[in-house]
Amino acid sequence: MSEVVKKFMYLNRRAPYGTIYAWESLEVVLIGAAFDQEVNLMFVDDGVFQLVKGQDTAGIGMKNFSPTYRTLGDYEVKNIFVDADSLAARGLTQDDLVAIAYEDMDTEEEIENIVEVVDAARVTELMDESDVVFSF
Amino acid sequence: MSILHTVNKSPFERNSLESCLKFASQGASVLLMEDGVYAALAGSSAESQLKAGLGKVSIYVLGPDIKARGFHEDRLIAGIKVVDYAGFVDLAVDNDKVQAWL
Repeated sequence: MSEVVKKFMYLNRRAPYGTIYAWESLEVVLIGAAFDQEVNLMFVDDGVFQLVKGQDTAGIGMKNFSPTYRTLGDYEVKNIFVDADSLAARGLTQDDLVAIAYEDMDTEEEIENIVEVVDAARVTELMDESDVVFSF
Repeated sequence: MSILHTVNKSPFERNSLESCLKFASQGASVLLMEDGVYAALAGSSAESQLKAGLGKVSIYVLGPDIKARGFHEDRLIAGIKVVDYAGFVDLAVDNDKVQAWL
């Protein structure tokens, strides 16, 4: 059966925990993964805080959903992008972010980290290339 | 009347902190909590705004919210005091009222 494959972008612009947006986005990404579409995750503005490593929510009584980002590779999410300007404006570097590995089940090719820091022009390009953009 | 101001919004998304620091009186206390704690990070574009505020008010940050977001005290701007929930209660009790900047 030939199916139409669309390019989906999940655009994440909110910090985790303060609002429900980050968690909701992650849930939709995981549900959407069942539909075999081409998926890009984009983190801009406060969305970059979602990927900060070492999150420990024990003290605020909320679920720490950050470990789930590291499993995204297992859900066939191969493309995760972070806007360089958003990182810099928040005093962050890629070293502050989680690394997300991906293994191609067919070719057994392993990519150590699919989180890619990109410039604004590349963000624009990726948005233009997308068929659908989901905003969170 | 001493006031404890609470700011729970990211300085990169809202102007809650900016307005709080603008209208808070000399010597007031400001507690950063929830997404407001991001203002306490050193090296961000909000750093100068916060440092200017330190000359006017005492600035506190809620430790559990910093930890939840993956950061430790060594990433905070010098001069900001970290408090736990008990410290939050003390601040609320020590001031005449609490004013939230949502």
